[in-house]
Amino acid sequence: MIAAAIAFYVFATMAVIGGLNVIFQRNPVHSVLWLILTFFNAAGLFVILGAEFVAMILVVVYVGAVAVLFLFVVMMLDINITVIREGIHKYVWAGLLVGGVLLAELVTVFTSWVMFDDAASLSTAPTPDPNVITNTEALGNILYTDYVYLFQAAGIILLVAMIGSIVLTYRTRTGVRKQVIADQVARRPSDTLEMVKVESGKGLQ
Amino acid sequence: MAVSLAHYLTVAAILFSIGIFGIFVNRKNLIIILMSIELMLLAVNINFVAFSAFMNDLMGQIFTMLVLTVAAAEAAIGLAIVVVFYRAHRSIEVEDINQLKG
Repeated sequence: MIAAAIAFYVFATMAVIGGLNVIFQRNPVHSVLWLILTFFNAAGLFVILGAEFVAMILVVVYVGAVAVLFLFVVMMLDINITVIREGIHKYVWAGLLVGGVLLAELVTVFTSWVMFDDAASLSTAPTPDPNVITNTEALGNILYTDYVYLFQAAGIILLVAMIGSIVLTYRTRTGVRKQVIADQVARRPSDTLEMVKVESGKGLQ
Repeated sequence: MAVSLAHYLTVAAILFSIGIFGIFVNRKNLIIILMSIELMLLAVNINFVAFSAFMNDLMGQIFTMLVLTVAAAEAAIGLAIVVVFYRAHRSIEVEDINQLKG
């Protein structure tokens, strides 16, 4: 129990430090790397909570896909780091005000709320005993039976995102010589080859 | 010393506030703002999973996966828009993105 508490505090502290570094690093590449650290620590928190599958999905999807996508885009765009930090202080007080007020409100709510007495009996999908059914299997049972339409909708969302980002970033470049397979296949000898009978002693033309 | 639900909710609240603060602070780099949004979504996910664990209800984890899906789609579309904007204007500063201003 004490080990879980220590692990919680380590993961939570590192997640918050990582989050702060994401927004305060000068170099966007460093920001992405701190974001990856934050995701790893959040995955650690999920493991402590017993949500192993979501933790691994977090690592695979966020670290493996989203963060790498960020890294690609940051490195693809040639951003001038020195001008990035100009004008930061213009909005820092407004940000501190809004963020601080929101944090105070959230902490006040989170530390003082009381759970309704019958809340435990109202759960729609009670967690089975993890010694009998693993977390992954239990999630699959719920997702693929009760919420299969939501699952399909999530797939549609990903398809739309994929098509959308391809359509947005695709461009036909002019002035580039590319291989056109259809033209090569459709080419016939009669298009280019001409047989000429050359009289002896004379050249062509 | 025992870690309660309030501890997790506080961590999530701090991360969410960092995300809000990041949106205000970064006026020069659109990508950092997208990362701040990812931080906020992560905080929401921590809330979902914490409630799911402490109330013995797996629905929170199902919701977390759906939020993850939407976050991945949002990151892909957002970064595509950033790339298109950078191609057109050679800049991703927030002040330069004002063409829809009336």
